[in-house]
Amino acid sequence: MEKALDLPQANSVPDAHGHFGPFGGMFVPETLMAALRELDEAYALARGDDAFQEELDFLLREYCGRPTPLYFAERWTEELGGARIYLKREDLLHTGAHKINNALGQILLARRLGKKRIIAETGAGQHGVATATVCARFGMDCVIYMGRVDMERQALNVARMRFLGAEVRGVEAGQATLKEAVNEAMRDWVTNVRSTHYILGSALGSHPFPMMVRDFHRVIGLEAREQIMLKEGRLPDLLVACVGGGSNAIGLFHPFLGDEGVRMTGVEAGGDGITRGRHAARFQGGRLGVLQGTKTWLLADDDGQIELTHSVSAGLDYAAVGPEHAWLQERGRVDYTFATDKEALAAFQELAGTEGIIPALETAHAMAHVSKVAGAMKRDRLIIVNCSGRGDKDVAQAARHVFGEELKL
Amino acid sequence: MSRIDSTFSRLAGENRAAFVAYLCAGDPTLEATPELVAALEAAGANIIELGLPFSDPLADGVVNQMAADRALKAGATTAGVLRMIEAIRRRSEIPLVLFTYLNPVYTYGFERFHRDAAAAGADAILALDLPPDEAARNAELARHEGLQQIRLVAPTTPQERLPLVVSGAEGFIYLVSREGVTGVQDALADNIGDQVALVKQHTDVPVCVGFGIHKEEQAAAVARAADGVVVGSALVRLVEKHRAEKDMPKRLHDFAAPLVRAAHEARA
Repeated sequence: MEKALDLPQANSVPDAHGHFGPFGGMFVPETLMAALRELDEAYALARGDDAFQEELDFLLREYCGRPTPLYFAERWTEELGGARIYLKREDLLHTGAHKINNALGQILLARRLGKKRIIAETGAGQHGVATATVCARFGMDCVIYMGRVDMERQALNVARMRFLGAEVRGVEAGQATLKEAVNEAMRDWVTNVRSTHYILGSALGSHPFPMMVRDFHRVIGLEAREQIMLKEGRLPDLLVACVGGGSNAIGLFHPFLGDEGVRMTGVEAGGDGITRGRHAARFQGGRLGVLQGTKTWLLADDDGQIELTHSVSAGLDYAAVGPEHAWLQERGRVDYTFATDKEALAAFQELAGTEGIIPALETAHAMAHVSKVAGAMKRDRLIIVNCSGRGDKDVAQAARHVFGEELKL
Repeated sequence: MSRIDSTFSRLAGENRAAFVAYLCAGDPTLEATPELVAALEAAGANIIELGLPFSDPLADGVVNQMAADRALKAGATTAGVLRMIEAIRRRSEIPLVLFTYLNPVYTYGFERFHRDAAAAGADAILALDLPPDEAARNAELARHEGLQQIRLVAPTTPQERLPLVVSGAEGFIYLVSREGVTGVQDALADNIGDQVALVKQHTDVPVCVGFGIHKEEQAAAVARAADGVVVGSALVRLVEKHRAEKDMPKRLHDFAAPLVRAAHEARA
């Protein structure tokens, strides 16, 4: 298999300054510029270093459980009555989501940089858990920033992070969700930049993060490609993934971008429907702007103030989309749509009932889209959907919505 | 000569450092800001920095975050801030610097903002999250006539990067005296003189030092080492504390006056 970090350099984005066409870049305060340059250089060296790639591969295999299966969802396929649906089972990975691919890659980089303290933001808590996990594994200090609202709705993951030795710092500002957690992590980084590495958890923020996070998740698409060739002898017709910042989606999509016949759909959070302040679908009613280090599509008002967002899933509840997704949308290479809270909760139950797999609420947005389109596709068509995370963390929330019950954890 | 340039040249002739005061525009209201600016001018401040409030001020500490939040909740808009600057300009010639994050300016229209802000009477812009690298690479973010470009130098800025950062700098260089977000600090970095000297190897533009200054002895120490002293969070904190009181402008004046005096008399 092709190596995840071994990208063909010609015609590739981003450019040396992190631009994906008109998107991306390094829009950060001067205090961070040197650290970002240092990270960019360290990553360039690491990606060219066989020993780095070998250690990463070893840990992904032995510690995290890669490769993850590409599972044929037979009953769900029958029920929808159309395309053959394959799930890329990132939910089976250690810690329960794709996030650890990136956390592991970045902590190996942090070690090369001689940094002993790690910070991260988290929304759903999956990236926080993945970061706390690799910090425990490598003996590093770990501080996780998380919005107070998210700490409540993802209480299970907060407890996991604490068991793993991380300090979870609640963020009260603004709407107390993912965006505010990123602000607070950036403030910490500006203050402690010499000692600290910031493991950003999505394909977001300033260069080199969108590129680096993508590269560490490319393993998802590379495996899926090889697996579908073995199982079906051909490439898929459609890839589907949910998009908050967009890390699991870019990881699945990227190795297929050159395959013209493979269509791709990213699914944003439609919340209560596309009304201002009640969703997190940046390609529906968003505008171009600059937030948290990158130029991209975001939800802001006429004065450029960032708007409130809403989603039942903490991991998709964010005002900006990763810059490479903005670029893929502009080029027309990837389609972006949305699923509402209601649709995601229905898909959450649908997958549990037909396949015995409880997906994360984020992931359930991707499943909701598959549920909408698979039936209308011919039976010989192939869909791969990224089952990016498992839903244990969401059981209490879903029970409240579906059964009207409060679970006491 | 611009208002900022003539201010520095006059102060240099008097062998005095400039006192640069920061306030968040619109905190507690847009109507109150001109009075607060007048109070600072009466206290002897030489240059006023006005923060354009933004919902996600990631380089600011909690004092300035809350100020921006109050301003936005009280209805501050970009157009409102520009109208307020016009009001200040009708009665004062004090140099005005807009201290801002990029997104409100980008959304308003980068070029249009420069034109309208200059017409309103602003003198310069400091866009915190627009490093010179990006300004150079994005034609739409290039320098525009009307506003001088203030540049930030951080303690983490490597020496080899200094020429890029200071190239094209106008008005003054804002040297951040320590790593971190804005906010009051008791300890001042002890090597400020060295940091200033390093920057001055690459530019003739005056160098002002800020981040955390709130005591007279700090202001005096910085005034001996640099061309100007920036005081921000300490003033914003005072506004926060007394914002409901009628005599707030006087309180701000009385708090700022000894700091200004310490800065102005430090080299005597």
